[in-house]
Amino acid sequence: MATRLLAAPELKLPDIDYAALAPMLILFGAACVGVLVEAFVPRRLRYRLQVSLAIGGLVAALVMVVVVSGRRFTTAGAAIAVDGPALFLQGTVAVLGLVAMLLIADRTVEPGGSFISQASVAVGTPADRQQSSQPGATEVYPLALFALGGMMMFVAANDLLTLFVALEVFSLPLYLLCGLARRRRLLSQEAAVKYFLLGAFSSAFFLYGVALLYGFAGTVQMAGLRRAVGETDRNSTLLVLGLSMLAVGLLFKAAAVPFHVWTPDVYQGAPTPVTALMAACTKAAAFGGLLRVFVIAFPVGAVDWRPVLVVIAIVTMLVGAILAVTQTDIKRLLAYSSIANAGYALTGVLALNREGVASTMFYVLAYGFAVLAAFGIVTLVRDPDGEATHLARWAGLGRRSPLVAALFTFLLLAFVGIPLTSGFTSKFAVFSAALGADQVALVIVGMVSSAILAFPYLRVVVLMYLSEPAEDTPTVSVPGVFTATSLTIGVLATAVLGLAPEAVLDIASQAAGFVT
Amino acid sequence: MTGMQAFPFLSVLTLLPLVGAIVVATLPRDNPRLVKATALGFSLAVAAFAGLMWAAYNVTGDRFQFRESYPWIPQWGVKFTFAADGIALVMLALIAILTPIVILASWHDAERTDTGEPGRRSVPAFFALLLALECTMIGVFAAADVFLFFVFFEAMLVPMYFLIGSFGGARRQYAAVKFFVYSLAGSALLLAALIGLWVISADQLGQATFDWAKLSQLDISQNTQRWLFLGFFVAFAVKAPFFPFHTWLPDAGGAAPAGTAAILVGVLDKAGTFGMLRYCLPLFPDASRYFAPMVLVIALIGVLYAALLAIGQNDLKRLVSYTSISHFGFIGIGIFAFTSQAGTGAVLYMVTHGLATGLLFLVVGMLVVRRGSALISDFGGAGKLLPVLSGVFFIAGLASLSLPGTAPFVSEFLVLLGAFSTNQWVAVLATLGVVLGAGYVLWMYQRTMQGTLNPTLTEAPRMRQDLTRREVVVVAPLVALILLLGVYPKPVIDVIEPAVQATLSDLGVSDPVPSSAKGDK
Repeated sequence: MATRLLAAPELKLPDIDYAALAPMLILFGAACVGVLVEAFVPRRLRYRLQVSLAIGGLVAALVMVVVVSGRRFTTAGAAIAVDGPALFLQGTVAVLGLVAMLLIADRTVEPGGSFISQASVAVGTPADRQQSSQPGATEVYPLALFALGGMMMFVAANDLLTLFVALEVFSLPLYLLCGLARRRRLLSQEAAVKYFLLGAFSSAFFLYGVALLYGFAGTVQMAGLRRAVGETDRNSTLLVLGLSMLAVGLLFKAAAVPFHVWTPDVYQGAPTPVTALMAACTKAAAFGGLLRVFVIAFPVGAVDWRPVLVVIAIVTMLVGAILAVTQTDIKRLLAYSSIANAGYALTGVLALNREGVASTMFYVLAYGFAVLAAFGIVTLVRDPDGEATHLARWAGLGRRSPLVAALFTFLLLAFVGIPLTSGFTSKFAVFSAALGADQVALVIVGMVSSAILAFPYLRVVVLMYLSEPAEDTPTVSVPGVFTATSLTIGVLATAVLGLAPEAVLDIASQAAGFVT
Repeated sequence: MTGMQAFPFLSVLTLLPLVGAIVVATLPRDNPRLVKATALGFSLAVAAFAGLMWAAYNVTGDRFQFRESYPWIPQWGVKFTFAADGIALVMLALIAILTPIVILASWHDAERTDTGEPGRRSVPAFFALLLALECTMIGVFAAADVFLFFVFFEAMLVPMYFLIGSFGGARRQYAAVKFFVYSLAGSALLLAALIGLWVISADQLGQATFDWAKLSQLDISQNTQRWLFLGFFVAFAVKAPFFPFHTWLPDAGGAAPAGTAAILVGVLDKAGTFGMLRYCLPLFPDASRYFAPMVLVIALIGVLYAALLAIGQNDLKRLVSYTSISHFGFIGIGIFAFTSQAGTGAVLYMVTHGLATGLLFLVVGMLVVRRGSALISDFGGAGKLLPVLSGVFFIAGLASLSLPGTAPFVSEFLVLLGAFSTNQWVAVLATLGVVLGAGYVLWMYQRTMQGTLNPTLTEAPRMRQDLTRREVVVVAPLVALILLLGVYPKPVIDVIEPAVQATLSDLGVSDPVPSSAKGDK
């Protein structure tokens, strides 16, 4: 407890532990330097400089997370919590962000990179021709760094206002990044606008919820909220309204039903590396926020919100799985699968105990690696018009490119939850935590939903291996160093977390204790 | 319970085929002979090793032998624990015998489909998948940690999925997906029940565990037992398969290459009946007794219904698949009749059915390759062209209908006899299945091998080629074993019976007072 600023009459700066904030400060700093690089460094040097800055920043942030780990306190006037879940998820965001950054930085698969800076230039105009002949935008690196920094802040935010600021800091760059695709620009911009509008809506809900909760508790700090929930003389209407609005904002980011409708369109339209970033890192951050809010700030007391979240988790698992069955586009398929996976992770949250926290964190880490590698492979399957995302085009891929098809099959089996992959261990972790907390219905629906979800994944396997290749089966590009590295990391992590998860499980279970 | 053996028999037995699969997968595609020889070599090494293990097994010793345990995921109490009782041992032996035979029988399966189209399939992939399948099957029967069992139980699906889907016949995609989704749905329930059991172990023992030996000591409330039993049972009933969860098997058996189908029905599906014996009965004794009448009824329906459907089939491979469903009904009756005779008969049936149906599938495969079709109506009088093959086909058929003197007779007889003492009417009705069995086998033989020669047969060039030397080597050991176990099943029964009795004592039932032929072994 480091709350001693209220006592002083004049405004006094709170104590700030810079080492604890270092991971975030490094990322924000690197992002700011990146903006300066855009302004002052000649175009031909920018790419190398920006990529080194981004990767160096992420590695440094990760190192700082490791250095700080083991300590538990709050800092910056209790606005930031430095505890196990925060550090574990910051590490998760850093590692997954690093892998995603490698995908973003690749320029061999798509000559010039997947991004352009002036997405609104009309196709076919001289300006467009000039733009398409140039190497792509380097603004994406600082933008992605801002987003990742915001996510790190989001998982460590210890009061609702900081949580909101962090939410905006990581959301705004993502809206932009969604619209910067080099190919299929209209789709990309549509995705950006949709994401922005719906995201703005959800932020408004979130903020209104914060206001109501302030009205309820007279504070926005997690510890104060927790205390207020325990008291009986408060206005529980404010609590119910505020908490539900707050939950809307959080569940929107986590892509839980019924706040999921943006997911397929945005995942499909956004440049694939950005989709990968959102599927892995945004999900991790969103669940960090959900855990802190629901496990710490609002323990089940006067208002039992659990049935509502249980219903949401059940509907999320079922809707994600059932709608995935009908998809014909690989990116949309992965989007619906990511919705269903949000449901599985929610199952872990709803255990509402230490095991639940640990298993949810393990889940988002394991899922992040697999989904990054899966989207990495999506970037490789191409025809002259860019990525060939329609599933019909994947027919016979196993014949043409056995290695890529084998890796993708492995990842799909991980999504199915076949043992010896991280998909199985992570599902086991969340379901066992939930069953340990007597959430039998959740576990049974989760199992049914994973069985349903197996069907669309298998359809992809069937297409790749068991169908004859068509004349126009896309080629698989040879991945550049960056994409190859990120694929290797993703696939290896999926295998290791499936075969020998004990080390990471250990870290997660030690990190599962919150500080308020 | 720890055995005397210091040598890690079971883990070596599990890993050897996996090493083989990896080696085979890395061999060059353009040298199929080397690939096949290596795969055969590994499977023979596994067989030899299993032989050593059989010799090292002490029939009068502990219930579980060859126990090994290594840490794996300490947070969840998961260990690599292997141990084999008599039931597991005979199944391991069956796997070890059947795999090299199937590899030899599938010598050309990767290069052409069984209807004769030239395949463009990878030979190393095919044999690596077969060896990987052997590894997972061995793991299922050797695991003594329930989590480990589940891991192998699920992992088994993957190589089989690709074997059916990539190397099968006409409707292979549909069949492969159906197989996978059915099995996965079943094992989803199994996983839920497994986690439930694990949570209970954490409550009662203070520390969560998946160790079978500890889990079987738990005291679980009646209601919970019933739910957990259903979770386990449905997964196993899908795998076995029992009526009404059986519809995937005719599709899978019909589409899979013959050798793969022999493994699928001969061994892989036994994981279901094995699971009932090893997990349902000892872990949930009250629930097992509670549900036994229901299981007996669906097993009985399976016996009769599948036999009737088998009679109506026009596709040889689908026909054999239906006969297997009928036989699985017998095994189910044997398990849930709760007498040591019926239980021993059921386990023996698991072995002899593997041999007999394995042989039948392989011989059918040989016929299909020659004719280019699996339809019975495309045959007729083929015995005149293929005297030796039709002879072997006849033996396989007779074994399948449990003719006295063949191995399945002993097992079927034990099942019926044992069931009669506790469930008279079930045994009586199941005997009808024996009659129907004679019907489908003999009618199948008559329509394919006897009668006037179908003129289109002479146009198929390969129909004049009787058994090749390779095929003789394939069928000879199976025919020999079927006949040998038909007259002298004692060595196998001696291994099985103590394990079955231990299972029944876990269940808390004892044999009824002998009424007639009790006491003989």
